[in-house]
Amino acid sequence: MIRKLRDQLGANNFLLLITIVLFIAMYIAGIIVYRENNFGRFQVFLNLFISNAGLIVAAVGMTMVLITGGIDISVGSMVAMTCMLLAWMMENKKIGAIPAIIIVLLIGVIFGLVQGLLIAYLKIQPFIVTLAGMFFARGMTAVISTDIISIKNETFLKVANAKIYLPFGGYVNKKGVMIYPYIYPSVIIGIIVLIIIFYILKFTKFGRSIYAVGGNEQSALLMGLNVKRTKLKVYVLNGFLAALAGFVFCLNTSGGFVEQAKGFEMEAIAAAVIGGTLLTGGIGNVLGSLFGVLIKGTIETFITFQGTLSSWWTKIVIAALLCFFIILQSILASTKHKRLKST
Amino acid sequence: MKALKRALALLLASILCISFWGCSKPAEETTKETKKETTKETQKEPAKDESQAKTEENAKDDLIVVGYAQVGAESDWRTANTVSFQTTFVEENGYKLIFDDAQQKQENQIKAIRNFIQQEVDYIVLAPVVETGWETVLGEAKEAGIPVILSDRMIDVTDDSLYVAWVGGNFIKEGNDCVDWLAGYLKEQGRENEQINIVTLQGTIGSSAQVGRTKGVEEKLSEHPNWTMLDRQTGEFTQSKGQEVMESFLKSYDDIDVVIAENDNMAFGAIDAIKAAGLDPGEDIIIIGFDAVHAAFEAMIAGDMNCSVECNPLHGPRVAEIIQKLERGETVDKIQYVDEGVFPAETAAELIATRTY
Repeated sequence: MIRKLRDQLGANNFLLLITIVLFIAMYIAGIIVYRENNFGRFQVFLNLFISNAGLIVAAVGMTMVLITGGIDISVGSMVAMTCMLLAWMMENKKIGAIPAIIIVLLIGVIFGLVQGLLIAYLKIQPFIVTLAGMFFARGMTAVISTDIISIKNETFLKVANAKIYLPFGGYVNKKGVMIYPYIYPSVIIGIIVLIIIFYILKFTKFGRSIYAVGGNEQSALLMGLNVKRTKLKVYVLNGFLAALAGFVFCLNTSGGFVEQAKGFEMEAIAAAVIGGTLLTGGIGNVLGSLFGVLIKGTIETFITFQGTLSSWWTKIVIAALLCFFIILQSILASTKHKRLKST
Repeated sequence: MKALKRALALLLASILCISFWGCSKPAEETTKETKKETTKETQKEPAKDESQAKTEENAKDDLIVVGYAQVGAESDWRTANTVSFQTTFVEENGYKLIFDDAQQKQENQIKAIRNFIQQEVDYIVLAPVVETGWETVLGEAKEAGIPVILSDRMIDVTDDSLYVAWVGGNFIKEGNDCVDWLAGYLKEQGRENEQINIVTLQGTIGSSAQVGRTKGVEEKLSEHPNWTMLDRQTGEFTQSKGQEVMESFLKSYDDIDVVIAENDNMAFGAIDAIKAAGLDPGEDIIIIGFDAVHAAFEAMIAGDMNCSVECNPLHGPRVAEIIQKLERGETVDKIQYVDEGVFPAETAAELIATRTY
């Protein structure tokens, strides 16, 4: 039966379905186990988005890169550099919030452009190029300032702290105050990015060529697709999204310092893989990556609600999940291969 | 062959799946178990009058829930701090502690605090990783009516109503204590009117421990006109750098009487440098360190060090005291220093066993 379902859905959607089912199962388990601790509250669910808005943006960009068969491990350092630049420009140079944001986004685009040119046109391994990018961005962050810079810019803080209340799903807390669930603008940015990239990948020529390039570069070339240009565009877009993720991340922490967002890129890759993206390229879905992020967030929430487990268990569970999905993917790939052979 | 491979892969996948579910289960089981226990307890002695059983149950409900967002486990000091909270906030004392290790990441602490708010903990204790970026999330805590108590490090916020109190060490007082101990020690030895030459190994410049300790020593130094501070240089809180700086001090000055090292690790470096120069640390040159870590007691027992001024990580009892006051509706002081002792070498041997860090 499972095979029938898989054949109908295709490998792409089948992996996505598993991720979504897993997330829902975990979440329901959480609601049951921690029912006395208010796990079922709508705000707990929204907190997954609030706390991980930056990661959603980064994971969406990462998914796109992974679909082309590439990788970008400079994202975490880019996030740190963006935060630091924002803080430094606004606090030490007294540049307004909006010009500062535009500047960092432009820097993201330029960063992506350079990496993309090296990867697409000089055919250097994406891992090596972005490894260099990772060291460069982290180094630059320290050069800008080794101190912690706190953002005090009013416009910025106003956006960062602008609570958007939802008119439903509220609860009365212990002190008898009705509290409505809320989100921050960062969540809206994350969702918009997700929708736009989802649309691009599904419904545009550019999106389809991304899948084609990742599926089989040779045949994409033979089909007359401009492989190099597609790759370049993907890395530029990802550079932009990395900077945007940095801005969103900064809305949460409102400060810049060197050690920020270490290992962020790995979390983004893990989210994408759990969401059903294949590292070999050609298969993936940004919606899956969203659920990958949400699963990570749910595990973290589990652990804080449990209260005595070491928070390092998050990493161990993520590791188990990654193994599970990789094995599942390889099974799917091998059966697909077999079917192709037999026909 | 291929079918076999596939079966094996499937088996592996299912094992992983099961192991994953295994991870989330213990929590469920333990809650079940504790529940069983409570029902058992109440059932065990039906002879007991019901009101007593009821108060027992009520006591379980009345536990004060405290969420602690800790920095991580990067040093012995930090671990001792964690243990202090874990041993203070236990059920016997009427608390339930929800502990979160942020793995040195601020974003993890922010997440943890948001989860604490949803769990409706009674108090949040925060040992911030960094000083900045707390306005938003502490604002949420304030809105939810949950008091926040800071431990160890201060935060940089414009609105200080975001926290009710701060608990930590008083570095300036540590500096004062250091000078007072030295004065007493010299008097004991009959050297109070002698010319005394001092050098200081400073911590990482700009850190609150360095700034406070240097200032504390400076303040008290003016009371002793016959003392001279020959030189101050940073050893960046490390043993190797401390040794290096001490070596250069020994070359530049031939009559050093006292070394003040702004942490114990630098004092250990200084001891090595003094030994290498053929002098007897602790005898020819008086050595004072800060922090009073376990290794400092060992050095004092060996006779290489004269004194260490404590930097107390045991914040748990003080935080509990604050919470008790707040529970009674009393006001608490915003800044609260923990008690910190001075440990001279004579007491080291008997105290070393009682030291927890």
